[in-house]
Amino acid sequence: MSDAARATAPRIALVGNPNSGKTALFNALTGARQKVANYPGVTVERKAGTVTTPAGHKALILDLPGTYSLRARSPDEAVTRDVVLGRFPGEEPPDVIACVADATNLRLVLRLALELKQVGRPLLLVLNMFDIAERQGIRIDLDGLSRALNVPVVTTVAVRKRGLDALLRKLDELSAQGVHGATAWREPSAAEIRAAHRDSERIMREFVKPPLRPDTWTGRLDSVLLHPVAGTLILLVILFLMFQAVFSWATPVMDLIDAGFTWLGTLVAEYLPDGLLRSFIADGLIAGVGSVVVFLPQIMVLFFFIILLEDFGYMARAAFLMDRLMGAAGLHGRAFIPLLSSFACAIPGIMAARVIDNKRDRLTTILVAPLTTCSARIPVYTLIISAFIPQKLVWGFANLQGLVMFGLYATGIISALLVAFVIRKILWRSASEPFLIELPSYKVPDVTNVLRGVWQRGKIFLRRAGTIIFSLMVVVWFLSSFPGAPEGATGPAIDYSFAGMLGHLIHPLLAPIGFTWQMAVALVPGIAAREVAVGALGTVYAIGGQVGTGTLGAALAASWPLATALSFLTWYVFAPQCLSTLAVVKRETNGWLWPSVMFTYMITLAYIASFIVYHVASALFG
Amino acid sequence: MRLSELGIGDRGVVIGITPGAVTDEAAIDHAELERRLLEMGFVEGARFQVLHEGLIGRDPIAIRLDDMRVALRRREARAVTVDCTAMDMAAQ
Ligand SMILES: Nc1nc2c(ncn2[C@@H]2O[C@H](COP(=O)(O)OP(=O)(O)OP(=O)(O)O)[C@@H](O)[C@H]2O)c(=O)[nH]1
Ligand SMILES: [Mg+2]
Repeated sequence: MSDAARATAPRIALVGNPNSGKTALFNALTGARQKVANYPGVTVERKAGTVTTPAGHKALILDLPGTYSLRARSPDEAVTRDVVLGRFPGEEPPDVIACVADATNLRLVLRLALELKQVGRPLLLVLNMFDIAERQGIRIDLDGLSRALNVPVVTTVAVRKRGLDALLRKLDELSAQGVHGATAWREPSAAEIRAAHRDSERIMREFVKPPLRPDTWTGRLDSVLLHPVAGTLILLVILFLMFQAVFSWATPVMDLIDAGFTWLGTLVAEYLPDGLLRSFIADGLIAGVGSVVVFLPQIMVLFFFIILLEDFGYMARAAFLMDRLMGAAGLHGRAFIPLLSSFACAIPGIMAARVIDNKRDRLTTILVAPLTTCSARIPVYTLIISAFIPQKLVWGFANLQGLVMFGLYATGIISALLVAFVIRKILWRSASEPFLIELPSYKVPDVTNVLRGVWQRGKIFLRRAGTIIFSLMVVVWFLSSFPGAPEGATGPAIDYSFAGMLGHLIHPLLAPIGFTWQMAVALVPGIAAREVAVGALGTVYAIGGQVGTGTLGAALAASWPLATALSFLTWYVFAPQCLSTLAVVKRETNGWLWPSVMFTYMITLAYIASFIVYHVASALFG
Repeated sequence: MRLSELGIGDRGVVIGITPGAVTDEAAIDHAELERRLLEMGFVEGARFQVLHEGLIGRDPIAIRLDDMRVALRRREARAVTVDCTAMDMAAQ
């Protein structure tokens, strides 16, 4: 290889079984913060980062979705295959393939390594999670393994950044060697897979001695957590506690933030002269953006729980427990993980559906994912719940507000299952795909990883508040303030503004479901992002003079009947109030057809459900 | 015997993959199912023990397969032919 060629960044692909620690290694090498969690199928995209090797090269590291073979079966695995074989659009094949293995679970990855050797690129075997292998007393003859496979072997502990130097030095050596030759890889037949298994079995027997102190915790925990009855109950209790905590733990901090914004508001009222600037700051920023930021603690509590479960190794168990239920709805058992991820946000949920092999199964999952309650709905739900549902204990232990929140989440999941069932019946009736998933060993969640994850989610939320929500709030404030009231007007000025006109224009459409014209104003910018509806209500009611010194919640409680509040909550369970979700669906399905289908069915469902809830509630509560 | 017929605690050795045994309408063909099972480690000689069953219809099942834990539906487990006597004899 010429010096010039060597000066270009060597490209190193991380390939291996799911959950072997590729992304943890990628993060350790490149300083990136890609998502690491203890279940198979976390990474579904190609990610690139750079690291400077000891020889001074800037190497490009590629993190790839995990796979058991290059014979890709699902869209995420196809990414791995294409990158490895150099078929990825606009990309050369990698200069070195680093096969990342879980050192405690080598059998399947040795077969994959044999397959990767056929690709004809320099190969390196990385035995990751070596700390666990040592703790369990698994004895691996590294030299023997290296000789038998005829590839260099290094050991790493990605989460402790151990073994990285040796790994990088080996990568330098290998990339200096240059390419071995053309690829000899082709799809292996069943007989060839069997033969490769026999080879890897022989290598295992010779060079890997079973653990002296095997992990017994996973088995013991599973006997409770996967118990047919106890396990299912525990899953429900976990979800229940999660939403109780979202309310109970977050409230003190929320009150604090709320008090902070109220104090800011009084300061502004005191020191700024009455006029546009004061209205912009008080009504647009504090009442608008502020009313969204208040929900930061709740979002962080929710993510704390989700990340804890993901790191612990519970997600694959949840998929196991839910498989039959999902199957009855016509969904793939693995669909439970994308649906659970959608608690955070539908976008990663929709992306996570890439692990589902069958196209129709995957599409069904994508279509129903936005029905599971994403964190952007939390501000809306919380605002309405705290304003209309009394804070009291029921059955002696449950917080009623938390219970309603749990109910809304449950409604989301149940409707996702029902819609999936209907889609299956109407659009296609294909047989279901096999459900085959590896259950990872439990791991004690890493405190820094959890805290960093929660912090990251908090930052994302604040960034949203500072960018998209902020800019939409400026627009809402502007539309609500101009044009001003004409001379001699009697009603509040906002009635004469653009927003007022718009609200009154749409209002007849929404009156049958009990919405006020102010809600109509909030829904339109709320299509871009759900939280904006809360901010917009804040601004509209502030400019309308109805908030006064109290909170937005108090203003709503005073001006909406209960039926309207319930109808609004119902709307938010179903309505497609998120442009980025539709954009991602378009990208993932390559066209406008499915996002249009999604938008239409969701908005129809939202309207019908709100209509029913409004009229039933009006009849019941007057 | 087939893996799909076993209950919690049963253990044995995989003696063959016979995807033809999955007779109901399947989304993937038999050759594909065979290769997927093989790639997940269901290969002749692999030792297993059934660990857990789901609540409804005792489905799916979670098994220990050599060094790893795998969950699958009984439907696909039909394709895995097993021998439970070999282990008993080995244990004696
Ligand atoms: N103890 C220990 N845990 C590790 C190590 N490397 C990774 N982990 C943990 O293993 C789990 C899986 O790590 P990931 O990096 O997400 O695995 P991955 O290979 O990227 O998984 P997929 O993206 O699903 O293919 C996480 O819980 C990590 O914290 C290691 O060296 N030691
Ligand atoms: Mg990963």
